Amino acid sequence: MTKSRRAVALVAALALALAALAATAAASGGKVLVWTIQRTENNAENAAVKSFKNASVQIFANDPYKQKLSVSLGSGKGPDVFMNWGGGGLKQYVDAHKVVDLTPYLNADKKWKNRFFANVLQTAAFDGRDYGIPNVGMQPVLLFYNKAVFAKYNLQPPKTWADLLNVVKTLKDNSVTPFILGGQSKWPDLMWEEYLVDRVGGPQAFDAVAAGKKNAWSNPDIIKANTMLQQLVDAGAFGSFESTTYDGTVTATLLGTGKGAMELMGNWEYGAVLQNSPNTIKNNELGWQPFPSVPGGKGNPKDLAGNTSNFYSISSSTKNLASAVKFLKTQVMSPAYIKTLISDGDIPPVKGIQAQLKKSANATFTLYNYNLVQNAPHFQHSWDQVLSPAAASALLTNLDRLLLKQITPQQFSANMNKVK
Amino acid sequence: MQETAGAGKLEQGASPLLALPALVLFALFALVPMGVVVALSFTNYNGISAPTSAGLANWSRFLHDSTTHHAIWLSLEIMLLSWAFQTPLSILLGVFVAGRERYRAVLAAIFFLPLLFSAAAIAVTWKNLLDPNFGLVQNLAHRLHADRFPLDWLGSPSLALYTVVFIISWQFIPFHMLLYQAGARQIPLDVYEAAEIDGAGRSAKFWKITLPLLRNTIVTSSTLIVVGSLTYFDLVFILTGGGPGFATRILPLDMYINGFQANELGYASAISVVLVAAGLGLSMLLIRLTGFGKFRSAYE
Repeated sequence: MTKSRRAVALVAALALALAALAATAAASGGKVLVWTIQRTENNAENAAVKSFKNASVQIFANDPYKQKLSVSLGSGKGPDVFMNWGGGGLKQYVDAHKVVDLTPYLNADKKWKNRFFANVLQTAAFDGRDYGIPNVGMQPVLLFYNKAVFAKYNLQPPKTWADLLNVVKTLKDNSVTPFILGGQSKWPDLMWEEYLVDRVGGPQAFDAVAAGKKNAWSNPDIIKANTMLQQLVDAGAFGSFESTTYDGTVTATLLGTGKGAMELMGNWEYGAVLQNSPNTIKNNELGWQPFPSVPGGKGNPKDLAGNTSNFYSISSSTKNLASAVKFLKTQVMSPAYIKTLISDGDIPPVKGIQAQLKKSANATFTLYNYNLVQNAPHFQHSWDQVLSPAAASALLTNLDRLLLKQITPQQFSANMNKVK
Repeated sequence: MQETAGAGKLEQGASPLLALPALVLFALFALVPMGVVVALSFTNYNGISAPTSAGLANWSRFLHDSTTHHAIWLSLEIMLLSWAFQTPLSILLGVFVAGRERYRAVLAAIFFLPLLFSAAAIAVTWKNLLDPNFGLVQNLAHRLHADRFPLDWLGSPSLALYTVVFIISWQFIPFHMLLYQAGARQIPLDVYEAAEIDGAGRSAKFWKITLPLLRNTIVTSSTLIVVGSLTYFDLVFILTGGGPGFATRILPLDMYINGFQANELGYASAISVVLVAAGLGLSMLLIRLTGFGKFRSAYE
């Protein structure tokens, strides 16, 4: 009895060891391993890997992914191709020589490079070198509003800053929360900051910050933008934002049911409203438009902020460089990949797909987004992704305190200047 | 013959070898990581590139970082508030459920419930209850036409800390109640009977007998509360994430935010060294102050 048990255990251990060996053999046998994060649908990635044959994909939940990635790239093991958010996070890896420079490959094949929107590719480029190519749709931030609420109080969606202040006042007088804001999650605050700084100071204000220029935060335009933001807080524009969390449900429900009149949020909020308050979409009560203009400001009212895209980059420790490049070139944003993304509700950052988008499920909204990005002189990638993690963390905390009126715009700038 | 040999061994105490497995595990999973953290506190380390020497930079930042100073202050505040709130309530509840009547046992079982939930579940539940838009508290107030009443419990910088202390206490009072219940049951009944003969009333018995004889339990429970308050993390993290502003950013959260959101593991290590030192120092201080180390019987 004991003997046979031991034998079983031995066989099991051997089998495990063999399986482990087989796994490592497969990993180094020229097969491209792709790491990406879980989205509502991962059909495009799965199909790409299947069609490439010599590749496999591992899909991770969003939050643990960042740590998993930093551990595996830091140790020189891990995937051949990894998904990232571009910006400062990717730059840390580039600075640590963990990422393959894709510039020569993209330049060797202009058709490949020209497939993408240049203002999106920019997010994964540093010092003129490209380190990533987009792998999902674009997510510009829009001003959503509830048409029923606007009709009830006889209001027009705000086109300028002055309009916006008037609308806030009327709504406030009628006990409607003017803007829904998930302030406890902190990052939604950033959307306001990004747009106001752009409208007042133009893209150059944040470019100086991203380039690490000394005292770039003390730009009078940034201080003016933050003063305007605090005016909005004073006017009660954001309701009980301090304890509202953004989780894809709460704010969409508030907006859909008209408890709040407007929300500045990424275009994914359309899907969230569709899910949480389907009648709002069915009755054509959800409206959307770009962020209002600030007369006299330096920014173009067509400028956008948001997530330009996510990106695929190649780890410099890959043993399959040629296949990895081939995978990116032939599979990612291929006609089939684009088709799958569109049918899953994404808006790929590639040129010339209007006709395809017109046939998609939410064509009106999708085409609106596509044209908006195509015509945007500047598409600002989310600041917390552009900056280093340390600066991003400080930014979110200081912004939170600015909105709580615990610090002045001047103190905000002084605090941020100190961060490396 | 054999028996005498056995007895001889017993007198020498158990073989030190018996402690070896525990010591090895302790060294491997407590002492070594602590040593690494001390070493990391003298480096710049973002978790990706190899750590580079930073000299005393992290420590000089620790001395000057007003956010961290605020976090230390909040940790002290939460420690004192937790103690002041939990101790009297736990003693009263514990002494109450120490009685042998059946209804007390039923109540004890009910009071005990919060201890069975994970901190994460408690945090999510309370967060939902207090939600300003959809929460039960807000809803009730609305139905009672008391719209002015529902303060923004977790969203107001001046209230958030007290709300957090309340929820922490809600979670931990049952545990300390249990300690006091056991302590109170240890007190021999004849002490009370003697007091009754001397004409002592209910409150005299509580103040003159129960409380003094619970002395050792009070020390144990207080040590657990005070040292435990240095490790509050999960509950606060889910409830407020340290906000609004810095209102609930206690030291463990400050460490987490610096280490894993800002990727400054060197500085976060410096903070954790302080946390370890504070925990050790506090427990040693409490043991010394209260003479607990001498294990003096409370009945002397």
